[in-house]
Amino acid sequence: MIKIQKTDFDISVELKLLTTGNINIGGVASFVGLVRENSDGEEILTMTLEHYPGMTEKILQKLECEALDRWSLENLLIIHRYGELNPGDQIVLVITTSAHRSAAFESCQFLIDRLKNGAPFWKKEKTVRGTRWVEAKEEDREADERWQNIIKY
Amino acid sequence: MKILYFGWVKSKIGIGGETIDLPPDVKIVSDLITFLCSRGPSHESALGNISQIRVAVDQEIGTVDTPISKAEEVALFPPMTGG
Repeated sequence: MIKIQKTDFDISVELKLLTTGNINIGGVASFVGLVRENSDGEEILTMTLEHYPGMTEKILQKLECEALDRWSLENLLIIHRYGELNPGDQIVLVITTSAHRSAAFESCQFLIDRLKNGAPFWKKEKTVRGTRWVEAKEEDREADERWQNIIKY
Repeated sequence: MKILYFGWVKSKIGIGGETIDLPPDVKIVSDLITFLCSRGPSHESALGNISQIRVAVDQEIGTVDTPISKAEEVALFPPMTGG
């Protein structure tokens, strides 16, 4: 399931929703992305996430399908927030569930690696010196590309 | 055609999007970027460095060579920074 929302999320609530009633699940992996206070040596006052409504949903649904196709999963959840956030706030949640841990771990990393580089979000940071757009990182592009080269499971 | 801007492309141009009647010789994304650059200095400053521009044609990721003649919506933006 995909959710793109302004509001915060509660991982324990989401985890319960995802697992309740499914006794085939043997393992759950999750990733939560947070707003760091420090970025390139500067203190962040706020971070604003802009996205491309419509396309964001399409891209995340595509990633969901790819993960379900590639690994044997019970289900998965991606929540991505947009709007103005403060240091310490949650940005993104990925939860994957499967019978065995390796599928859950791997698909969770796959989803976060792919969405960082391929989902239409843009981050703007406000510091005491003004606002600036966050540059895409080369290491994020490489992490995404690695998945394209790995043999299908 | 509906053109959308995001990230610093939007900041530099100063608008989130515009609807433009394109001349018939604008056939692919790179033609569109060249055409938009001719609209003024803010467009030129946002879109002049084509290697920094990413594109979606009808909400599908494209390249500078993607045809746009039949497209309804083209979005131009910097590399994405989600997660």
